[in-house]
Amino acid sequence: MVELSHDSRPIIGRGPPLGATFLTLALASVALMVADTRYHQLERVREWLSAAAYPVQVAVDLPFRAWNWLTGSFADRGRLREANLELTARLRLANLQLQRFAALEDENRRLRDMRENSAGIADRVLVASIMNVDLDPFRHRVLLDKGARDGVFKGQAVLDAEGIFGQVSQVHAETAEVILITDAEHAIPVQSNRSGLRTIAVGTGDSGRLSLPFVTVESDLKAGDLLISTGIGGVFPRGYPVAEVTRVDRTAAATFALVDARPTSQLDRNREVLLVWFTAPAAPQEPAADTPASTEAPSEQPQ
Amino acid sequence: MRPTNFTRRLLYWVSVAAGLVLAVVPLPEWLGPARPDLALLAVIYWILTSPRIAGLGYAWLAGLFLDVLRGMTLGQHALGFVLVAFLTHRAQLRMRMFPILHQAGAVMLLLAVYQFVIFWTDGLTGHGYTGWNRWLPVLSGALLWPLIVAAGDTLTRRSR
Repeated sequence: MVELSHDSRPIIGRGPPLGATFLTLALASVALMVADTRYHQLERVREWLSAAAYPVQVAVDLPFRAWNWLTGSFADRGRLREANLELTARLRLANLQLQRFAALEDENRRLRDMRENSAGIADRVLVASIMNVDLDPFRHRVLLDKGARDGVFKGQAVLDAEGIFGQVSQVHAETAEVILITDAEHAIPVQSNRSGLRTIAVGTGDSGRLSLPFVTVESDLKAGDLLISTGIGGVFPRGYPVAEVTRVDRTAAATFALVDARPTSQLDRNREVLLVWFTAPAAPQEPAADTPASTEAPSEQPQ
Repeated sequence: MRPTNFTRRLLYWVSVAAGLVLAVVPLPEWLGPARPDLALLAVIYWILTSPRIAGLGYAWLAGLFLDVLRGMTLGQHALGFVLVAFLTHRAQLRMRMFPILHQAGAVMLLLAVYQFVIFWTDGLTGHGYTGWNRWLPVLSGALLWPLIVAAGDTLTRRSR
């Protein structure tokens, strides 16, 4: 039972009445919500407040980072050797493939140049790590440790080694919030690698599933098809894997087929992701690149 | 008299701030949706024990800070916090007389009001998530209430 203390008298004649304070604060919150969602007037305020939140986020993230560092630096020799051997083997394989790709890319570029079509291929990447901070459990958002100071911008594409991860939804000074492709509010234009069919993949709020709601019953799509990004819209670079079709349900009576896909990128357990700068196919726009030192090849972070 | 009030005020601020930090500490994925709203439970506890110290202003600020921490629409949690704080203030003379289980039931109602505010404003701003596990924090918070009271009472007794 809650203990009675000496100051248990109700508030009488002390400060403004409770109801008035409540009404003021409640109206203030409603005004804030309206200003934030309808008019987007609060970018500046959010910037200040997120500067106050940053130390908290760092403090929460720090123990996990320290633990990772500790386990990393005290890993036993045998395990490191094993990992090293495996990585060397993988690198050799990747290099072999890369040699072929270099020739193909050259050829592709020449062909594109002939058609005067600049390719939407990632030309600068920045490695960012996901902070160990839980945002709303019902939205698929993560916090990255790179922000406006590193040249991150709103709407920037985020990739990982296996495919498209999401896009930046909010930029703060030191951090950036990323909305994953599986968030229920996210949609991405995709194309089947096999048949060339174009459609839209919508997040479901379930971390292992995307849904393709606009596929007609007759369209050429089957389980196992790889969906790649089309580059339409200019947010994502073109030609990166997004998801693999897992289920196509066709009912003769319905107009649209029920199609599910599994994201190729490791959405729930990834630690490092890549922020991507690329030349958009339609309107080329290069953001100010003020951190040349942070440009790294993705192969430097084999995880 | 004076220093006691000061330590209580300090305890109030620190405990709510700790609740806010715990609101973003990563949990395993299956446990994440059931995370109790510790900051709000702390606000309720302090309003019940020391209503003259725990006002609405700090509760509102705590809610606003939670909005920023979680990257939600500004004002959502602030509204929830201030509404719950107000209702608790209104009911505190009755609530503090309840036996502990009865009190946990009342707290569950308050948490449900809070969760409903978040749910409703989520829907208005277009982020509606309608799964049943959205209401898990209400249950986990109510189950945790006796522990919160025990911990808080131990703290305040020592500080007196």
